[in-house]
Amino acid sequence: MSQVNRLSRGGRIDRSQPLTFTFNGETYQGYAGDTLAAALLANGVDVIGRSFKYSRPRGIVAAGAEEPNAVLQIGSREETQIPNVRATQQALYSGLVAASTNGWPSVNNDLMGILGKVGGKMMPPGFYYKTFMYPSSLWMTYEKYIRKAAGLGRAPLENDPDIYDHINQHCDVLVIGAGPAGLAAALAAGRSGARVILADEQEEFGGSLLDTRETLDGKPAAEWVAKVVAELKTLPEVTLLPRATVNGYHDHNFLTIHERRTDHLGETAPLGAFSAPQARHRVHRVRAGRVVLAAGAHERPLVYANNDVPGNMLAGAVSTYVRRYGVAPGKKLVLATNNDYAYRTALDWLDAGLQVVAVADARSNPRGSWVEEVRSRGVRVLTGSSVIDVRGGKRVEAARVAAIDPVAMKVTSPGEWLDCDLVASSGGYSPVVHLASHLGGRPEWREDILAFVPGEGNGLQKRIDAGAVNGVFKLGDVIANGFEAGVKAAAETGFKATAGDLPRTEKRVEEAAIALFQVPHEKPTARAPKQFVDLQNDVTAAGIELATREGFESVEHVKRYTALGFGTDQGKLGNINGLAIAARSMGISIPQMGTTMFRPNYTPVTFGAVAGRHCGHLFEPKRYTAMQAWHVANGAEFEDVGQWKRPWYFPKKGEDLHAAVARECLAVRNSVGILDASTLGKIDIQGPDAREFLNRVYTNAWTKLDVGKARYGLMCKEDGMVFDDGVTACLADNHFLMTTTTGGAARVLQWLELYHQTEWPELKVYFTSVTDHWATMTLSGPNSRKLLAEVTDIDLDKDGFPFMTWKEGNVAGVPARVFRISFTGELSYEVNVQADYALGVWEKLIEAGKKYDLTPYGTETMHVLRAEKGFIIVGQDTDASVTPDDLNMGWCVGRTKPFSWIGWRGMNREDCLREDRKQLVGLKPIDPLKVLPEGAQLVFDPKQSIPMTMVGHVTSSYMSATMGHSFAMAVVKGGLKRMGERVFAPLADGSVIEAEIVSSVFYDPKGERQNV
Amino acid sequence: MQRYSGFGLFKHSLSHHENWQRMWRNPTPKPVYDVVIVGGGGHGLATAYYLAKEFGVKNVAVVEKGWLGGGNTARNTTIVRSNYLWDESAQLYEHAMKLWEGLSQDINYNVMYSPRGVYNLCHTLQDMRDSERRVSANRLNGIDGELLNAEQVAAEIPYLDCSKNTRYPIMGATVQRRGGVARHDAVAWGYARAADAAGVDLIQQTEVIGFRKQDGAVIGVETTRGFIGAKRVGVVTAGNSGHMAKLAGFRLPIESHPLQALVSEPIKPIIDSVIMSNAVHGYISQSDKGDLVIGAGIDGYNGYGQRGSYPTIEHTLQAIVEMFPILSRVRMNRQWGGIVDTSPDACPVISKTPVKNLFFNCGWGTGGFKATPGSGHVFAASLATGEMHPLAKPFALERFHTGALIDEHGAAAVAH
Amino acid sequence: MLHIFCPHCGELRSEEEFHAAGQAHIARPLDPNACTDEEWGDYLFFRDNPRGLHHELWLHAAGCRKYFNATRHTISYEILETYKIGEKPSVTEAGGSEKKPVAKGVTA
Repeated sequence: MSQVNRLSRGGRIDRSQPLTFTFNGETYQGYAGDTLAAALLANGVDVIGRSFKYSRPRGIVAAGAEEPNAVLQIGSREETQIPNVRATQQALYSGLVAASTNGWPSVNNDLMGILGKVGGKMMPPGFYYKTFMYPSSLWMTYEKYIRKAAGLGRAPLENDPDIYDHINQHCDVLVIGAGPAGLAAALAAGRSGARVILADEQEEFGGSLLDTRETLDGKPAAEWVAKVVAELKTLPEVTLLPRATVNGYHDHNFLTIHERRTDHLGETAPLGAFSAPQARHRVHRVRAGRVVLAAGAHERPLVYANNDVPGNMLAGAVSTYVRRYGVAPGKKLVLATNNDYAYRTALDWLDAGLQVVAVADARSNPRGSWVEEVRSRGVRVLTGSSVIDVRGGKRVEAARVAAIDPVAMKVTSPGEWLDCDLVASSGGYSPVVHLASHLGGRPEWREDILAFVPGEGNGLQKRIDAGAVNGVFKLGDVIANGFEAGVKAAAETGFKATAGDLPRTEKRVEEAAIALFQVPHEKPTARAPKQFVDLQNDVTAAGIELATREGFESVEHVKRYTALGFGTDQGKLGNINGLAIAARSMGISIPQMGTTMFRPNYTPVTFGAVAGRHCGHLFEPKRYTAMQAWHVANGAEFEDVGQWKRPWYFPKKGEDLHAAVARECLAVRNSVGILDASTLGKIDIQGPDAREFLNRVYTNAWTKLDVGKARYGLMCKEDGMVFDDGVTACLADNHFLMTTTTGGAARVLQWLELYHQTEWPELKVYFTSVTDHWATMTLSGPNSRKLLAEVTDIDLDKDGFPFMTWKEGNVAGVPARVFRISFTGELSYEVNVQADYALGVWEKLIEAGKKYDLTPYGTETMHVLRAEKGFIIVGQDTDASVTPDDLNMGWCVGRTKPFSWIGWRGMNREDCLREDRKQLVGLKPIDPLKVLPEGAQLVFDPKQSIPMTMVGHVTSSYMSATMGHSFAMAVVKGGLKRMGERVFAPLADGSVIEAEIVSSVFYDPKGERQNV
Repeated sequence: MQRYSGFGLFKHSLSHHENWQRMWRNPTPKPVYDVVIVGGGGHGLATAYYLAKEFGVKNVAVVEKGWLGGGNTARNTTIVRSNYLWDESAQLYEHAMKLWEGLSQDINYNVMYSPRGVYNLCHTLQDMRDSERRVSANRLNGIDGELLNAEQVAAEIPYLDCSKNTRYPIMGATVQRRGGVARHDAVAWGYARAADAAGVDLIQQTEVIGFRKQDGAVIGVETTRGFIGAKRVGVVTAGNSGHMAKLAGFRLPIESHPLQALVSEPIKPIIDSVIMSNAVHGYISQSDKGDLVIGAGIDGYNGYGQRGSYPTIEHTLQAIVEMFPILSRVRMNRQWGGIVDTSPDACPVISKTPVKNLFFNCGWGTGGFKATPGSGHVFAASLATGEMHPLAKPFALERFHTGALIDEHGAAAVAH
Repeated sequence: MLHIFCPHCGELRSEEEFHAAGQAHIARPLDPNACTDEEWGDYLFFRDNPRGLHHELWLHAAGCRKYFNATRHTISYEILETYKIGEKPSVTEAGGSEKKPVAKGVTA
């Protein structure tokens, strides 16, 4: 198909580089330099999609970020599908595949459109709140159909092949927008030597200068752009970021820039240098000294009847397509305006050799230079008039122009229908205040320009506004304003900017616009044909009036009730018209009405880009011990504990978890096993007050712990609830090594630091994490002494090296600390060596252990063995509501310690002293083969109907290979006084497991095995 | 009250929708009310509605500093569930859940309560234990809940990455099938309309700037529109509760933090339920409009700015992409923040206060929306009688002195 | 993202390096055993939660690992000063709203 709307000359496209693409299955051709939207218009594609609620045909309206309709699906392959791409912001590339997101069977013949016509009348704003309620059971059915109709594009169903990354940036001046003001600002600041970042969302720098008919220094403005960009490129401290949207303005002058690095090349990023994958998008995380906001302004459309028929466009967009892309989206133009600037479109249209049927200007007597120029070229200019209605189905066929009284909201003449195929409208310009408002700053209304400009925003943003965003519209003023902003920004960040030559602009007379936020119609708004305010969400002027009539008087209420501005364009096109209509409807002023909150993002940002590299295997670090390679080689299954990957069990061929654990348990009880315990937190504590400090943070007493000895300690929070535990050894009188739970290491260290730094800075004590410095391997079982003796020079004599002591020496030829402590109840030695020796030591132990059938065991076996002994695991047998007494660990509470240590006061509060608190006990299932599920709730009366009175729950539960029966630990209300009583666990399958309350120490209650 | 129905909608369409009545009046405050409720969010409006409709107290005003439903009601991620661990909280949230189930019909306003199922993913053995504990407790409390294994999760949630390749492979999940979502704004507006119809005065754009007391009892509120007398005052101001308490002369065990959320652009339906993960730290659902509604953690500092820090948004989307890698190419449309009133045990404070006749209902933290009907109902009962409703009693301020906390951090670890 | 001046490191660093640790200047009672349950509960749980200036404790977790205090506005999020443990704030709600000294290292 030929490019029917392509002009034979003009534009910044390269006619020597044709590009082929498809839209809705049809193949088309465009040129390098086109946006997808420009190429579609060049090919005469009128209907680009169907509207969300009424399924009305829609065409391209705008040329930039404000486009509400041309939101397309892009992608030729499943995994590279991209939903909701704005065709106006997508560069054309060869092979681009695009499709409409709504319309069935096609956008041109949409069956939903019939429904929209018939049902549309029944769908005022909020209609869904008023119906679908009866019968109540049917809502989910209604909802199924509502959901089907929802959404624009679709997510891919396969994983993204692309990568994304982040870069942290620091700059003196961030210039947002590379139009006339932004370029001038960047130049001024850049010349001063300041670090400058210039970011612009478009494919190339220049903004409005790329398509303006105005000249600079008597030459096309684009030549000035090229000159400035060339100079900026020579400045070493200036970073130029095209295709980069500043999408969020956060606290303390932190901004994010979403750079689309390869979207102009294809739907997936091509390989970069050295054939390495390159990031499709990049988020620049920028801390800026000053921000120059030069984001420009968005043109407002006029709101008249049937203003959504394809062929209704923004005046400025028409100029952009003609002048920048060499595309004329029609033949016969009717222009409707309330301001001078839109006349440029008529001139551009004439220059392209096309017909301007008429200009309808709402002002009664416009006399500006451009107006006169249009008149002088023989165009019919109807003053005091506007387009009030449009005829056409899938394309504009005619526009009705009539005289209006915009103040009285009246049509004052019968008007006439003018044949045309394009209606361009301009209702004035809205500065792009979005970024300036992201911290909650409210825009301020300026009656002189009929627009909101950025508010001062309580000074939270170190920001200087320049150009159109600042309410400055004349080109010469815009450039001067930009230059001045750049000078100021540089000066405020410590650089001296020099004055520069500004380009000469044309002299002309410009006149003010008049307010026209809704064009009157003969019928009241509710009865007139639909006048669309927000095209993407099908919000009409009548809908806004209805909302205010129903009591939705706050601008936020209006927005939420009608969905005004909720679309992917975030109301860039319609919000100001919408709130002005609401204000008029309630008889208040626009500033009284105010704007809704502007939130990031300015335009949508890809999830992957926000996530950056922190996904997949880089989602969060994995921590491994020094013996990881051995564990993997020996078939370990792993368990996630905090960030650690710990060996869970070591299955032999054909073994499941239970078989492996049973074997590992018996090996420890009968001979010897080895556990990698390196993940336990280790904190080196030194200083003359170390002992006193331990006294204060542990529940038990540390005053009398001799050098060479170790002791178990419980740690509580100030509320008396157990928070961590572990063994701490006295290495020297002022030197201790504390161990913590694997998951608790970091928070314990932070806890110690908190109390030391904020409460007891007078104590001389220092804490150092040594978790990763030392590797720990536990030999446990009756043969552990014999085994260890073969590889150490330490005398392991049972009296010379008794339980709960430690010794220094060599193990397997390297220096080691050996602790005689036990978490299994068996004779055990914990061998600590420097981590970089650990794998070798481990392998030597394994080798030496062969004759004892030394068995590596994992966390699961460790859990079973410790539970047989009634040893708790903090976090499994406790939650944040368990005191030491609840655990029957009163022996570990220093009731007479002189200092009121952390937890003591808390555990003596009224509720903590109740006798019927949940207490840790053992449970012995009556059926010895039944294992209680961990977490199962317990009741005393299994026959009670629901809701049942729960008295506790199972915290740990296993089958004991050693004892030959199942057993569990549980917390039970008043459990310690209920020994021998029964509890019941009613399970999900309807069965009930009955168990006897017993001591939580099942195995070797006297502790004889660890003391041999 | 003008009754809403499909037929009514048709009838009004014949008159071009010109005859719809206001949903609520814009009344001038009376000098004195039986009950003044401070805060016109979902909880406050629900309280007013139940006071008037169920407890016969019709001389009621709701005083709102901004617009109705403009605080956390307008900013939450609309999740409804009742699968809490402890009896006290489970019963309170289940009370709310039962009210949700008939709410649209009760107030003749479609709040779009949609029981799509709420899944809590388990990634570690301890997650599995905790989940069994919670589901088991729910079941014995008469609250639906199931514990699924990894295969069941994969079968029920398409596109969720249930492979072993993830950083924290999924081991299972709990599901409450009656849990789901409701349309947040509709809840506020529906209660407001029904309360107004029952005679409640909804006074917007009026800020409470003080409490007038006599003999240690509150007798009314000072507002930006003057004094409004009240026999009892109920404060339901969520993130601003600490500020209100200061005006009343006491402190609360509450800190206000920013809680952020975000939505994607609307896409075709792809996620049919609510999926949350404590370990990976994110949660997601999809609205009827097609937006993916996403949230995660609160910011660590106190904040009333209705905005939080960007890294929180990054972490949230990292979690979402980790759970659903297919969403990597979908785009975030909009992010925002609310002010959540967090309590030490992640449970609310529904309580009498040191000031007689002054009641507070706050501290809902990240769980307030789902409780709206239940919270309003028990608070209304308490304000009507002056004695706390039995379901509210365990949530009194005294628990922070006795130590009888109700620790729900496990059930609320992902802030939603 | 906040930009926080660590008084120990003497540098402005991004919020990601820090942890907020709650209200500052809450001294542990010298004799907890002399506290009633109510006093102890107040110490544990009850906090100022001001809409305005707040003195709070921060930890430079991924930096020097030291705690310090900050005076921050809870609506604007502006940090007016940071200071070491044991020091008093120079900006307070009662006295200092008019004398807003710029925190050391905070760019003007």
